[in-house]
Amino acid sequence: MFKIISNKKLAPQIFKMEIEAELVARKASAGQFVMIRIDDKGERIPLTIAGIDGKKITIVYQVAGVSTYKLTKKKEGEALQDVVGPLGHKTETKDIGTVCCVGGGVGIAELYPVAKAYRSAGNKVIVIIGARNKELVIFKDELSKVSDEMFVTTDDGSDGEKGFVSGVLKRLVDSGKKIDLVYAVGPAIMMKVTANLTRPYAIKTLASLNSILVDGTGMCGSCRVEVGGETKFACVDGPEFDAHKVNFEELMARQLLFKEQEKHACKIRGILQ
Amino acid sequence: MRKQLPKDRIKNFNEVALGMSEEEALKEACRCLFCKKPKCSANCPVEIDIPGFINAIKNKKFSEAIKIIKEKNNLPGVCGRVCPQENQCEGVCALNVKDKPINIGALERFAADWENKNKKARPEYAEAVSKDGLKKKKVAVIGSGPAGLTCAGDLARVGYSVTVFEALHAAGGVLVYGIPEFRLPKEIVKKEVGYLKSLGVEVRTNFIVGINATLKELFAEGYEGVFIGTGAGLPSFMNIPGENLNRVYSSNELLTRANLMKAYLFPEYDTPINIGKKVAVVGGGNTAMDSARVSLRLGAEKVYIVYRRSEKEMPARNEEVGNAKEEGVEFLMLTLPKKISGDDKGFVKSMECVKMELGEPDLSGRRRPVVIDGSEFILDVDTVIVAIGQSPNPVFLKATPELELGKWDKIVINPETQSTNIKGVYAGGDATYGDDTVIAAMGAGKRAAKAIDKYLST
Repeated sequence: MFKIISNKKLAPQIFKMEIEAELVARKASAGQFVMIRIDDKGERIPLTIAGIDGKKITIVYQVAGVSTYKLTKKKEGEALQDVVGPLGHKTETKDIGTVCCVGGGVGIAELYPVAKAYRSAGNKVIVIIGARNKELVIFKDELSKVSDEMFVTTDDGSDGEKGFVSGVLKRLVDSGKKIDLVYAVGPAIMMKVTANLTRPYAIKTLASLNSILVDGTGMCGSCRVEVGGETKFACVDGPEFDAHKVNFEELMARQLLFKEQEKHACKIRGILQ
Repeated sequence: MRKQLPKDRIKNFNEVALGMSEEEALKEACRCLFCKKPKCSANCPVEIDIPGFINAIKNKKFSEAIKIIKEKNNLPGVCGRVCPQENQCEGVCALNVKDKPINIGALERFAADWENKNKKARPEYAEAVSKDGLKKKKVAVIGSGPAGLTCAGDLARVGYSVTVFEALHAAGGVLVYGIPEFRLPKEIVKKEVGYLKSLGVEVRTNFIVGINATLKELFAEGYEGVFIGTGAGLPSFMNIPGENLNRVYSSNELLTRANLMKAYLFPEYDTPINIGKKVAVVGGGNTAMDSARVSLRLGAEKVYIVYRRSEKEMPARNEEVGNAKEEGVEFLMLTLPKKISGDDKGFVKSMECVKMELGEPDLSGRRRPVVIDGSEFILDVDTVIVAIGQSPNPVFLKATPELELGKWDKIVINPETQSTNIKGVYAGGDATYGDDTVIAAMGAGKRAAKAIDKYLST
């Protein structure tokens, strides 16, 4: 069992949980994830590690179905049945110049350790984060501490500028700003738009994919995705890939495989989707 | 042995084979000739004294029977159910000449089930563990499948302090994620793992060797011997167009969802599975049969086995092929998938196949299937399960570059001792070449335990 140190609401439907998981924390780095199982009947769900502190790890999750809903009901002092990791490759953070970190939705929290790692490797870090509205902009203070420049966008203009992260990125690139690497994490559509934007400029772009996983160790192939014409497993070959080579249409289609089942499960439990 | 009727069993995940009653077991035991030189024992990969335990059953000494089995086999409830006895003990039974062989598997299962019903995990076995002070050494076993559990049990019984490291949240490896509930109830695996724990084996789940600790770190932590039983956890795909469409699953994914995660009890359990009405299972092994039968039980109306050779070449056990046929699975032999097509939402719509004919024997001695030109046809299916095999899981192997690998990335071992190129490190089961059944893996675990004991005692 893995003790829950805290479980706090950050924004509507977005929560931050700290878990005691020494084995994971000891080896974890930016860009990696854990698989958790809440209880004996729980499914194994992947969550990106958003922070590592001694024996603790932090995860940030958005309510998207039964499992994440159950997670919100867990209280400090209670425990998760299983936590295993760190899984996936760590983010390679050499000093390459200027790195633009782009995050959307709950991906903003996942961006934090990555931006921090790029900065401490000596890079200049530009952060662009986007959410639907002001309430959903999370990790703003944390990210401002690890970035040289930061931009916030909201769909309704209630925080930062009105529009999408891609708008800011395009403006920066068009203004001739030297960007050596773009790192994107968030909804698949956001990562796809980011990749399409940087492709003509030949700016190296990485995306951290959010595929459906079961074991997380390469055993089932649930997370397979076409990258550069080859099938890769997001869990063991990724989760980061060259965004210009990822088949995002396929990723998005595969994310909907269990949509009907999930709807049904939420409905009978009275969880509003 | 009595079985659930096909029409009933395809609607549930309960065990198909119902086991023997005491009366049936006694009757079967009485048929044994008790050969002076029993070929059955000689052909058992874990060397069970088969006439010995059958004699005990015959004399109604059931406790004695299970004790005799457990001297050699730590997982009798598992083996009684999933061993291919027809190729081993039963295949060489002297009765084969005139009659059918003794149903040794059913008798083994009877003894194991009798113990489960009549006694709890038996501490008296633990007392039999050697108290030899010299053997207080620590051994690490990587992977809790049949090879690892067997090795761990045998070493614990001679006094080693054994820790089994398991990456998943439950112990048992392929016994819990692969083999379906209706062939091997998970409660049986849990009890047999419980028995190993009673022998002093420590099982650490959620621990991935290669990530949470490297092989070198295990040695640094005081482990003096290591057994690698990491299995074949990397599914192979066909590399044909459309294989990443929704509702194309590896058999590993289908089975893991259904067995380990209990997706058949969704939404009581949280893990979903999305199976359509018409399922094609590609492959001819036991895993393909399991996938087909799981698909039926998950609500598929039509299930095909699609195999590129003929039925004679299928590696699956006859019994499993028979079970699948009884349940209504249709066998499309000499058929090779070429392409999977999808609808506008990215879900499987159909699979294009081509017919094959058998040509000259290939290197495996089986006649090589050759495409018949112009025989393409469309199979109307909405789900495809790819059950064409697995290769060793790379997580541990990549983190251990010092380990020598051979063909298909299988660990190179000395088949007599299971030793690898690294001193003190042994391997067996599906991570090595050839141990493709539960019992073969257990045999390897047993040989490794002997070799590790020898290595650490001298």
